[in-house]
Amino acid sequence: MSRWAVPKANSTVAEGEGTPVTAPPLLQLEDFCVSYGPVEAVHHVDLRVDNGEIVTVIGPNGAGKTTLLCAAMGLLPSRGRVLLGGESMTRISVEAMVARGVGLVPEKRELFGEMPVEDNLLLGGFSRWWRGERDQRRRMDEVFAIFPRLAERRAQLASTLSGGERQMLAIGRALMARPRLLMLDEPSLGLAPLIVREVLQVVSSLRQHGVSVLLVEQNARAALQVADRAYVLEMGAIALQGAASELLHDRRIIDTYLGLGARADQAA
Amino acid sequence: MDMQIALILGQDGIVNGAIYGLMALALVLVFSVTRVIFIPQGEFVAFSALSVAALQAGRVPATLWLLLVLAAAALVVELWRWKRGAAVDWASTLAWCVVLPLAACALVLLLRPESQFTQRVAAFAVIVPLGPLLYRLAYRPLADATVLTLLIVSVALHGVLVGLGLLFFGAEGSRTPAFSELRLDLGGVAITGQALVVVAVTAALVVLMFLFFERSIVGKALRATAINRVGARLMGIPTGLSGDLSFALAAAIGAVSGLLIAPITTIYYDTGFLIGLKGFVAAIVGGLASYPLALVGALIVGQLEAFSSFWASAFKEVFVFTLIIPVLWWRSLSSRHVEDEE
Amino acid sequence: MTRRHLTLAFIVALAAVWSFLPDFSVTVLSYIGLYALVAAGLVMLTGVGGMTSFGQAAFVGTGAYATAWICTSPIVASALGGVAPALLPWIGLLFGIVLTFLIAWGLGAITLRLSGHYLPLCTIAWGLSFYFLFGNLEFLGGHTGVAGVPAIVVAGVSFASPRSLGLVIWGVLLLALWALHNLLDSREGRAIRALKGGRVMAESMGVDTGRYRIKVFVLAALLAALSGWLYAHLQRFINPTPFNLNIGIEYLFMAVVGGAGHLWGAVLGAALITLLKEQLQDILPSLLGSSGNFEVIVFGLLMLVVLQRFADGLWPTLARLCNRFLKPAAARAPRHALTLPEAALPPRGQIVLEAKAVTKRFGGLVANDAVSLDVKAGEIHALIGPNGAGKSTFFNMISGVDDPSEGEVRLMDRPMTGQPSRAFAALGLGRTFQHVRLLGQRRVIENVALGAHRRGQRGWIASMLRLDRAEEAALLAQARRQIERCGLGEFTEVPAGSLALGQQRVVEIARALAGQPAVLLLDEPAAGLRHLEKRALAILLGQLRAEGLGILVVEHDMEFVMNLADRITVLEFGAVIARGTPAQVQCDPKVLDAYLGGVDEPADESLAEQTA
Repeated sequence: MSRWAVPKANSTVAEGEGTPVTAPPLLQLEDFCVSYGPVEAVHHVDLRVDNGEIVTVIGPNGAGKTTLLCAAMGLLPSRGRVLLGGESMTRISVEAMVARGVGLVPEKRELFGEMPVEDNLLLGGFSRWWRGERDQRRRMDEVFAIFPRLAERRAQLASTLSGGERQMLAIGRALMARPRLLMLDEPSLGLAPLIVREVLQVVSSLRQHGVSVLLVEQNARAALQVADRAYVLEMGAIALQGAASELLHDRRIIDTYLGLGARADQAA
Repeated sequence: MDMQIALILGQDGIVNGAIYGLMALALVLVFSVTRVIFIPQGEFVAFSALSVAALQAGRVPATLWLLLVLAAAALVVELWRWKRGAAVDWASTLAWCVVLPLAACALVLLLRPESQFTQRVAAFAVIVPLGPLLYRLAYRPLADATVLTLLIVSVALHGVLVGLGLLFFGAEGSRTPAFSELRLDLGGVAITGQALVVVAVTAALVVLMFLFFERSIVGKALRATAINRVGARLMGIPTGLSGDLSFALAAAIGAVSGLLIAPITTIYYDTGFLIGLKGFVAAIVGGLASYPLALVGALIVGQLEAFSSFWASAFKEVFVFTLIIPVLWWRSLSSRHVEDEE
Repeated sequence: MTRRHLTLAFIVALAAVWSFLPDFSVTVLSYIGLYALVAAGLVMLTGVGGMTSFGQAAFVGTGAYATAWICTSPIVASALGGVAPALLPWIGLLFGIVLTFLIAWGLGAITLRLSGHYLPLCTIAWGLSFYFLFGNLEFLGGHTGVAGVPAIVVAGVSFASPRSLGLVIWGVLLLALWALHNLLDSREGRAIRALKGGRVMAESMGVDTGRYRIKVFVLAALLAALSGWLYAHLQRFINPTPFNLNIGIEYLFMAVVGGAGHLWGAVLGAALITLLKEQLQDILPSLLGSSGNFEVIVFGLLMLVVLQRFADGLWPTLARLCNRFLKPAAARAPRHALTLPEAALPPRGQIVLEAKAVTKRFGGLVANDAVSLDVKAGEIHALIGPNGAGKSTFFNMISGVDDPSEGEVRLMDRPMTGQPSRAFAALGLGRTFQHVRLLGQRRVIENVALGAHRRGQRGWIASMLRLDRAEEAALLAQARRQIERCGLGEFTEVPAGSLALGQQRVVEIARALAGQPAVLLLDEPAAGLRHLEKRALAILLGQLRAEGLGILVVEHDMEFVMNLADRITVLEFGAVIARGTPAQVQCDPKVLDAYLGGVDEPADESLAEQTA
């Protein structure tokens, strides 16, 4: 483990008289490992997202952030435990995660380019439609309320949207399934700073809609300004963690990103 | 070549083109959703036509037994997978492996269809479930293989089905009675009722498919899977569903094509292959991706075949198949794709 | 006993029992030989070269019809006048070979541009075309075919009987297998194998992939035509039936079932399918109660099983069993050593690679915006930047994989716009890949020797006839030297795929070094490496720098880069935002912003207010 490990912030249990009821975390990863063949890309990660929180995972490129997220969603095989709402998942598959209210907005957005904005959103609600719920139109209006720019372009093909609009469509599409937890993979990628601000403002407001967020970002400053808690991932392991407001001013983050300073030799 | 002959040939070309168009639609559908180049599509056509002929002769078509064997095999495979711990969608498995095959059984064995209409419905019911069953048995285990491997599987499967066709139906051909004996006379040109039925049914199928893919959410989900597999998974669209549905649709289209073509030409156990291949040429014109272009391609193939059969009938096959080379070459120029890594 | 001994023993045994076998067995063996010849061509084409063809039967037909026509047509007879009848089959062979060569070259030039699945579809198309052509041309006898084809006569000895011609067939087959084995075991063979690993990789080693693909295709076609010639003079009459698409498919089945990647797999596959066919033709009709060709059902099912279970065919399994009893053959040292030409490195400090205002647009997106940088001999220059900055696009520009929309790339002070990556390799550019592109099943030394492809001269014919041994020894010695230099000496004879990722990356570097480059382009060499491996890599790169190479490294690993590079260029949103020494770059606020990100100062407060 890195010598910069910070003791975990304890946010659930209060000391004192009586045992307060603690809600289990929405998502918990325990001893989570992901390997690409012989290479272990993510080592023994312990991570938690509580209800109503925005948690961010930051770190330099190649740290394994995207791998972590994709494996948590079931797109990649993994080892270790994944608990949703306190319940341990025996098999992690994309279908199971979606059914349990977890949504992923992947790094490459994975939109349906040849279909219009409306259809992309409609398909976002497919999992609920398949289960018998038929209120997709109403939900779409709610999503358009969050993203008025998309409402203006509802009949436009997704491939003709700008970078920022595509990101919004990707998020909106994921919201159609009414997820409890939304995982976002580098939403700022390829976007100009102004658009990044807009997108992260929306992410920040998701709390009011009852959605908790796990945000993976390379843009450390912006992510730390939006999140409640943060984990810093380095070479596949958690190097730092704590309250986002504290880490925002932590010099060690710069060291991590720019490779300054000697690190203890790792016999990994 | 006078106007009269040209119009007759043109009519032939349109009728054949309509059939090839249906083939092309099925091929593009299956390829875009599952990346399988489904060479055996022609066998659905031949089996459907020969099954109807068998029913008309008062026999039970052997395709029914094939259906039951495949259904049983697919059920066994699902049970084995369930034992191994894989996630099994029992709803769809029951639908394709139990409910529909039993319905086909009931139609053929219990109802003993007498009228042409019920016979056609029965043949349709026997052929359609074959699609998803073949998908589950031959292709789904190789879902992540390269397009090339899937193509070789298609060729192998085609061989098996043609051989089975010979076994089931023998080497003699069959022909069913026409839909109608109508003969219209429009300005000196004779238009058969047969041709009208073929074109009308084809048009209806095209419209139905259009509505399905453009208006229904399941159709959109299928299209989405074709456009972006990962994105579709993240939406919770089950991957098995797209495979089953696209193969079922292809089988349905093949079944209808068989019913349409049975009164027009004599169908032998190996006729399906050539029809499939010509539909294939049409699909390639559409780059295996565009439906409208595929239909245009089908019309071109139909006309080319009709007119070359007039001028140099022995070589009409040569023309049609050699056509594929410049089309493929033109297509490969326009699709500037990234490296194919094996 | 080694593999070579076993093979020789098999051949001797076959020759010995030949005269005692019953007529039927001799006929079956002859057919196996004919099919194996075609299947061997398919092994080269599909198994090694990665191009699937269903249409080989068309070429068999070409060879057969060519000789049949020459030998029986009255037009030819009058044109050739006083030629002895015994010579006609040989003229037929020559005609068939030339005709097949021309047709195959033409077809190949058109269809081999099509990659992926378009190619086999095209082979189905012309496989069918040829069949219908054969069956409809009157002067070729139409569907009845041509009868009365004479036997082959050599120096008065007539090879009319299947027993005598069968020996010739097997002789030709064994000779062909020997030549193909030699070809694969040579410099050209490595290049052919590289075709499957991806065109970008092969081209960057200097292999003209377009030309090689056509050559392999023509080779397979010629083998098929040869089989057709022998077939015509065995059967003594031909019709179009054996040249239709179904047989073409069967040939592919033989190669796949036997083992498409192995030459002996062709023989195994041909034997299995032919024997199976014989048995099935007897059993199935009685079993199923009707007559007809039902073997195809079994073949199809067999193929489905093989594709799902034994993706490599059955030969590898057999070979593994045999290898338990066999000793590996000792390598024979060549008699003379050859020295490969070596070019001197440019003097330190000279600019070896230069990008001048390189801009690349994809539609409306500007991936690279007027990027200028240069690499000097004897330095390590690092290119860094956040994800999506355009580093990969730029890398493609300077390695010749793609061309800039504007601007110029110069290598060794020569303009390289529009040049393919093999031209870059010829001028001394070596490169590695972000996702390792090695031939996993080949040994490390074979992979590294591919990098030296441009340094050899010997061509296909020389390789087949084993005339390239001295050059080959020099190339392998060079490869060994590079492997040692990179510290992987103990892994020389091991399959490349069995090494750890970090070691595989070093093998790629050794491969690039085997070409004696002046410039080395490394694409994320440290990705996935452990700490000690990175240290070793840094030491190696330092050594190479000291020897005078110019090295450009694209990397994400900041620590690795900061401790190694002489100069750093930083990209963001496709443009250069900073340059300088590591110390300068680390203090540059623009670089900090680019990496750590952030939003404008005034907005900071409003964002903080919102999240409060």
